[in-house]
Amino acid sequence: MSIIDNINKAFDHRVRLGIMSVLVVNEYADFRKLKELLDVTDGNLASHARALEQAGYITVQKQFIGRKPNTRYMATTQGKNAFQDHIDALEALIRKNT
Amino acid sequence: MESEKYLRDISDIRNLMQRSSRFISLSGLSGILAGIYALTGAAIAYILVTSSGRPYLILDGYTFRMVLLDLLLVALLSIGTAIYLSTRKARKNGEKIWDSASKRLVVNFLIPMIAGGLYILIILDQQKYGQTGALMLIFYGLALVNASKYSLGDIRYLGYTEIVLGLISALLPGYGFWLWVAGFGIMHIVYGLVMYFKYDKS
Repeated sequence: MSIIDNINKAFDHRVRLGIMSVLVVNEYADFRKLKELLDVTDGNLASHARALEQAGYITVQKQFIGRKPNTRYMATTQGKNAFQDHIDALEALIRKNT
Repeated sequence: MESEKYLRDISDIRNLMQRSSRFISLSGLSGILAGIYALTGAAIAYILVTSSGRPYLILDGYTFRMVLLDLLLVALLSIGTAIYLSTRKARKNGEKIWDSASKRLVVNFLIPMIAGGLYILIILDQQKYGQTGALMLIFYGLALVNASKYSLGDIRYLGYTEIVLGLISALLPGYGFWLWVAGFGIMHIVYGLVMYFKYDKS
């Protein structure tokens, strides 16, 4: 029971998993970079990012670089820990099933 | 069936972590060429010094200036080749040549390189040139180890090798030239070949 409990529903989607993967190894990533890396549409990325933000796993910083608006995403400590638990659970499940 | 999805998740995670934080289009071929330039440069320096009639270098002499020019050309050619071939490889991989990953790679490589380069120039100016070869190897090795976190991990082992060669060279000052040849010439070719067969050929 305990292993399944650690599979985090918040990360159970390709885009949300991708956002977290990038943010745990980078100090921050802006909207454009995430979009390029994950190969998704603006709306899709924005809605998944919002879901992670509401869960408290990432923070969003909006600012201007020159005149251009720029959105930066960062993983929170809570998000990093939750993601680590999720990866551990994935690995445990794979080990059990093979 | 479920575990297949988990496996794919794990490999997606690993792939994105790597692509977002490391510049992986470093060309192995440019390492091989850098080694060949270094060997050629060393041969030219050897001929310059032996034909000058004195078996050692005198600062401010004609031969010394020519050897410095020779070194500078080797360095410029190596950097130029690395930039050209890596740009080409990045384009082929669909990776951007100048993004946050490659910027971090360059910055972290340059910090030990510039500190070391300035230090070498300062002690040369104080007529202490016995350890120049050893210091070049050690600082170059440190720069590679520092940069390896932002690129292919193999670079780290080349860095360790250069540091060890540099320390040996410091212990055996008479062999400085040959250890320089081994570190900048032969090791570049060896690691360049390893990386070429591991990453370029496919």
